[in-house]
Amino acid sequence: MIKFFLMVNKQGQTRLSRYYEHVDINKRTILEAEVIKNCLSRSKDQCSFIEYKDFKLVYRQYAALFVVVGINETENEMAVYELIHNFVEVLDKYFSRVIMFNLDRVHIILDEMVLNGCIVETNRNRILAPLFVLDKVAES
Amino acid sequence: FFQLECLKLIASQKFTDKRIGYLGAMLLLDERQDVHLLMTNCIKNDLNHSTQYVQGLALCTLGCMGSSEMCRDLAGEVEKLLKTSNSYLRKKAALCAVHVIRKVPELMEMFLPATKNLLNEKNHGVLHTSVVLLTEMCERSPDMLAHFRKVRQLSSSQLVPQLVRILKNLIMSGYSPEHDVSGISDPFLQVRILRLLRILGRNDDDSSEAMNDILAQVATNTETSKNVGNAILYETVLTIMDIKSESGLRVLAINILGRFLLNNDKNIRYVALTSLLKTVQTDHNAVQRHRSTIVDCLKDLDVSIKRRAMELSFALVNGNNVRGMMKELLYFLDSCEPEFKADCASGIFLAAEKYAPSKRWHIDTIMRVLTTAGSYVRDDAVPNLIQLITNSVEMHAYTVQRLYKAILGDYSQQPLVQVASWCIGEYGDLLVSGQCEEEEPIQVTEDEVLDILESVLISNMSASVTRGYALTAIMKLSTRFTCTVNRIKKVVSIYGSSIDVELQQRAVEYNALFKKYDHMRPALLERMPVMEKVTTNGPTEIVQTNGETEPAVLETKPPPSGLQPASQANDLLDLLGGSDITPVIPTAPTSKPASAGGELLDLLGDINLTGSPVSAPVPQIAQPPLFCRSAAFLFSTGIPSITAYNKNGLKIDFTFERSNTNPSITVITIQASNSTELDMTDFVFQAAVPKTFQLQLLSPSSSVIPAFNSGTITQVIKVLNPQKQQLRMRIKLTYNHKGSAMQDLAEVNNFPAQSWQ
Repeated sequence: MIKFFLMVNKQGQTRLSRYYEHVDINKRTILEAEVIKNCLSRSKDQCSFIEYKDFKLVYRQYAALFVVVGINETENEMAVYELIHNFVEVLDKYFSRVIMFNLDRVHIILDEMVLNGCIVETNRNRILAPLFVLDKVAES
Repeated sequence: FFQLECLKLIASQKFTDKRIGYLGAMLLLDERQDVHLLMTNCIKNDLNHSTQYVQGLALCTLGCMGSSEMCRDLAGEVEKLLKTSNSYLRKKAALCAVHVIRKVPELMEMFLPATKNLLNEKNHGVLHTSVVLLTEMCERSPDMLAHFRKVRQLSSSQLVPQLVRILKNLIMSGYSPEHDVSGISDPFLQVRILRLLRILGRNDDDSSEAMNDILAQVATNTETSKNVGNAILYETVLTIMDIKSESGLRVLAINILGRFLLNNDKNIRYVALTSLLKTVQTDHNAVQRHRSTIVDCLKDLDVSIKRRAMELSFALVNGNNVRGMMKELLYFLDSCEPEFKADCASGIFLAAEKYAPSKRWHIDTIMRVLTTAGSYVRDDAVPNLIQLITNSVEMHAYTVQRLYKAILGDYSQQPLVQVASWCIGEYGDLLVSGQCEEEEPIQVTEDEVLDILESVLISNMSASVTRGYALTAIMKLSTRFTCTVNRIKKVVSIYGSSIDVELQQRAVEYNALFKKYDHMRPALLERMPVMEKVTTNGPTEIVQTNGETEPAVLETKPPPSGLQPASQANDLLDLLGGSDITPVIPTAPTSKPASAGGELLDLLGDINLTGSPVSAPVPQIAQPPLFCRSAAFLFSTGIPSITAYNKNGLKIDFTFERSNTNPSITVITIQASNSTELDMTDFVFQAAVPKTFQLQLLSPSSSVIPAFNSGTITQVIKVLNPQKQQLRMRIKLTYNHKGSAMQDLAEVNNFPAQSWQ
């Protein structure tokens, strides 16, 4: 199962974090700092899977943004790699070009895709359907 | 504060507020907060709400962070939702059920009927989550697993065929825009189904058979150019490995992995190495075929790949390829990062021990490791190596020569220096005499050897343990070397005032050895016996014999009888042959305790005797207890020695020691000397004590007392005096002198008070 989902920018600031297993608040910052350090120090042609403590990190870089997912041994690493890409594509579609202004929306999208550490929905349209409804309700 | 705000938001009717409230709750709260319970009611209401989105919200939150009580309460609602026709809700309900099951396994039964229809859905989302639900159920409970395997219903809704059918549809169907990811339809679902198949097929022949075809199909038809395809193939390979598949399929799987290894993409190579590691136990031969590729991966830049490749290489070493593999691994050791070196070194040692084709190769390999990664070798490797070296008896000269050359240049790597000093201490005489057969012998003088050992002692880089090794080695050389004894004495006495307590203690003991107990020195410092081969788990006992650890008091370790086989003893004696060491012959203590009838004894009758059979042909090798550090007991305790007998040119002196561990034991060392012009031969010393004492006589150093006081016979007597009575002893001496047999009886009454009080 997926342990956590992070989006970090190149300066090391966490843009989004979601934990599917409870971690203390203060421990979170330490964890994030270490994870970021590991990912930032990798070069481009190195493997995207890192072993960190007792779980694995799968990361992917998109311009100035890193998406890092922590998984345990039962997950297929490559499937998670694809999941990251899927997620980014969904974000792309919804926000067109402007990412990150509405953090809560991003959370909603993430919730639609991953529930409690497992993948729920991967179809782009179905994920975004409730969001469009929400937008309509909010406008009216 | 925020917790209450969250609650308020959740309870409000507006959707957006609810949204934020639930989000906040999910992010920040957890089971341990009390507010949590208050949410239960809200969630319950929302689960029954008319809007599906609200229901969805509630399900989501429940799924993420529901505690067991909450789950119990709300499980019924969840189950109801599982059965609705609303696919949006159904998929969420399924995952919620997963969470419920994780928290409260007993509720699994409740969800069973609902699962029957789950797989009939067309909606991939629902399919996906229901597969997850089934997976979770099967993983948690073997009963469920059996149930799912066997369910036979009229409409052929047996699980495995159903899954197979779904999978087939996925592959066969053409382009479907909804689920497509880079040309493959819904890879996520495929991967999930494959995983469920794996669980179902594990250890079960029937299910595995049903799956064989589809697995083969997936394996051959999936496109490998994109990552997606590779993801599916990876999962397929894992499944094939786990179930009871036929061998053709397994070979196919390993070939796929082999192909992965050749791929340029690092991720894929990593994944392949990981899976190969898992399968190398069972399919060893198949993996061997890819050995060369794996070895190439050792040279990769990426750290994770290198680590995997290293572990896999160690798993692949066997008798045939050990030379080649070792070469590669040694090269790797040279160039890898520090964090690998320790593991690599230990791995090399293990592999070398198991598969070494020849002793010389083994020793060469060890030397190479010590010189390249010397400082990273683990501490317990040093005693193992030493034991190995003593075992390869014929290689001693070669080993010590190579070690000497190695530390001549550079003595900063501690384990290397430790092993080298130990060997030089033991086999220094071989080094100096230039006897090496395997290699060109080098000319080394005793002074040069001492130079190097002294520089180790002085150097700042040497750890305290290393210095201990060096000092002990120098001491041992005092018996092996002939012309530099004075130099050794000087060195040892310098360190008697060293700041380091360990060194100081050793130096003082060795000093004592030189001064007072010079006669014991050769015996104590003689060559180590060949150690018995102990498994790597228990080298600790052997380690003690290196003389690094605390001194064991001699009294507490009676030398055991029935030691090493005679042949080994003879080998060692041959090695000892050239020097002037006289081996100490320990005796098997007889089990008869002391004491004869009556105060004064009938010496001929019930004498308590443990005279050693001096004629014993095969001297038994001194067992480990008799090592250097047993010199501890030689610390003078201040009891005056006495002359017990002095007649006809034969003088016998008694010196006393009290045991540290047992205050009723007195150890008497007798020294017999001969001031006449002729030797006394066949000398036998016997003693008897009153009934309340117990006596143990150890074997004498020899049976000949040379003339003109040029040498002595030494023998140790142990007296147990539990009642602290005054010590008295009657002694009988028999020997041959001037051609005639002599015999004498005497009583010894002048024991000093401290020796028995």
